[in-house]
Amino acid sequence: MVTLNDLKTIGQPNWCPGCGNFPIWHALKSAIVETNLEPHNVVIFSGIGCSSKMPHWINTYGFHSIHGRPLPVATGARLANNNLTVIAVGGDGDGYGIGIGHFIHAMRRNINITYIVTNNQVYGLTTGQTSPTSDKGFATKSTPTGVIEMPINPIALAVTTGSTYISRGFSKEMKHLTKLIVEGVKHEGFALIDVLQPCVTFNRKNTYEWFSERVYKLEETDHDVTDKQAAFQKSLEFNNRIPIGLFYKETKPTYEDELPQIKDIPLIKHRIEDIDIRALMDEFV
Amino acid sequence: MATITKQEMLALSGDEAIAYAVKQSDVDVIAAYPITPQTIIVERISDYVNNGEMDTEFVCTESEHSAITACLTAAAMGVRTFTSSGSAGLALMHEILYVTSGCRVPVVMAIVNRALSAPLNIHCDHTDSMVERDACWIQIYVENSQEAYDSIIQAFQIAEDPSILLPAMVMLDGFILSHTLENICVLSNEVVQKFVGTRQIPLVRNHEGKLVPFKLDPENPITMGPVSLPNFYLEQKRQQEEAIQESTQIIKKVHNKFAEISGRRYGNGLIESYHLEDADIAIICIGSTAGTVKTVVDQLRARGTKAGLLRIRTYRPFPTQDVIKALGNVKAIAVMDRSHSFGSQGGPIFHEIRHTLYEVPERPYITNYIYGLGGRDMPPSLLYEIYEDLEKILKIKRVENPVRFLGLRE
Ligand SMILES: Cc1ncc(C[n+]2csc(CCOP(=O)(O)OP(=O)(O)O)c2C)c(N)n1
Ligand code: SF4
Repeated sequence: MVTLNDLKTIGQPNWCPGCGNFPIWHALKSAIVETNLEPHNVVIFSGIGCSSKMPHWINTYGFHSIHGRPLPVATGARLANNNLTVIAVGGDGDGYGIGIGHFIHAMRRNINITYIVTNNQVYGLTTGQTSPTSDKGFATKSTPTGVIEMPINPIALAVTTGSTYISRGFSKEMKHLTKLIVEGVKHEGFALIDVLQPCVTFNRKNTYEWFSERVYKLEETDHDVTDKQAAFQKSLEFNNRIPIGLFYKETKPTYEDELPQIKDIPLIKHRIEDIDIRALMDEFV
Repeated sequence: MATITKQEMLALSGDEAIAYAVKQSDVDVIAAYPITPQTIIVERISDYVNNGEMDTEFVCTESEHSAITACLTAAAMGVRTFTSSGSAGLALMHEILYVTSGCRVPVVMAIVNRALSAPLNIHCDHTDSMVERDACWIQIYVENSQEAYDSIIQAFQIAEDPSILLPAMVMLDGFILSHTLENICVLSNEVVQKFVGTRQIPLVRNHEGKLVPFKLDPENPITMGPVSLPNFYLEQKRQQEEAIQESTQIIKKVHNKFAEISGRRYGNGLIESYHLEDADIAIICIGSTAGTVKTVVDQLRARGTKAGLLRIRTYRPFPTQDVIKALGNVKAIAVMDRSHSFGSQGGPIFHEIRHTLYEVPERPYITNYIYGLGGRDMPPSLLYEIYEDLEKILKIKRVENPVRFLGLRE
């Protein structure tokens, strides 16, 4: 049995006190324990940002990559060894801004990766500039008069791009978030967990209190998680009421299922010395 | 002859000095994306735009790729543009850097030098901009924040010169300059605005043989960046080469013109010699390290050692003839590279200098030191070590170890 203690690393997170990343970190570790994943069978990939430091502080395999690129690096690893549980973590700037192309393609591919986006609606690490999910009008160091663009709606994007597991958590609801991650990890296919993550230092608008006044759980409503249209409808709600929980789930073949080479055994376990290519050579050469 | 105008002294960091120069240079469009240690440039500029101190359209893009691309096309429309980045951000711009110079669009960019991943590192080295040395951008490396301020203002004049029309990047050392305060002399807004003027657009012949302004103008349509097959591409690249070679004259001219109003000179604008006239041994370097080398040279000179320094200010275009002339009678040279060309013999500046000295009938001894990667400190003690090595080389009359990693723990 894996315990939380097994996931401890030498270092401790250096996030600001009260940062919404702490509960996400705990939830992720709890989810690994709950699903009883052996640390050596888990790889956590991240981009660059405050939350992207996550792999440093969880004792699994980890890869702190390049800003915006956790999904392509995770994809490579997953294709090389689809026995591994592959988790990607990054901020909203990372995933919905500079890396948004990868986000869309990973979803349409339905590759078996769990993607946790710590969505604080601001660039934390570079000390407080506007991000693609900043509310319209939000004043930051780079937009002193307020953002003039409309924010990205990641949930709506996921619904329309074909993601097969679409959810939203909230840092203050750690148990609820843990459950979303557990289900995401168990889900066969791409799983999105967008997390409302208060940045206590640079986002003084979308705070714990601000969210607490607005969030409600989809599980406590009659929302049907198999109804795509209902999921889309719900995805548009981000005002006085903000739904959290599972928006949509569907079973579809994964990208890996479509690849005969890795359907039975992962690529790294293929024994190339047993393969006789002479017949092919005869045919083509 | 212009007279030196009254200047104000402000305490600014390197990033702030750049933002200040941009504020005064009448820039029309700025597109940028933050990256440590450049972020302050972007933030100060957004404040200036917000306060109404700059009449500029400022856009926060979703990546550096979009930032440079927006500048490319804005500049293609005939306006003045600026952006700034470093490290992975500059690497992400790579393909557009070539489009910018290939389209002959004079974007000006400040690069705050930072190491490239992996491993992840936010501190200074020159790998990021050295990688781009072949992109046909003018490259100016500054020694201090005053020079950063001065060079940005000059860069607009150089890049936009109708005989050049090439983009220019000004490099300053991340954290070492970008985040340290310096007393900076700033010119008045009016003086800078007069100096940079409005962008001059030369006339070119369009597809009908008519002379039209070289910009994307619906009244006089031309195409930029169309397909160029093997029958034309080579000539276009040759034209770029001619323009960047020609830019050495313009860089010197603009540098002189700027010296007239500011009283500040950086050598001849291309290179700066420090006690080289009678030097037996010399260091060649770029960037802020030159400041430390100067102090060490002073101390060595006080002891009677004939030490000197050659600082390369414009790495592109590379001032070949100036370098040959400046090195004159130097007998042993150490080239310091804050980046490395893996798998080759030494760093890029070393390659360039050894290559340059091939033409000299009596070649000096020459060695290379790779130093300061990922922000490793460069204390004077290591520079003394280099000069001692050079003295030893003169004594034993050979170079035993042409490429060394300076201060390496082995
Ligand atoms: C190519 C590139 N551009 C810019 C940066 C600088 N940078 C690092 S993190 C970051 C954004 C951080 O915001 P987000 O992704 O939302 O993560 P957070 O820090 O808020 O968790 C930026 C712009 C970088 N590392 N690489
Ligand atoms: S800056 Fe914001 S996101 Fe980053 S550690 Fe601090 S509170 Fe967390």
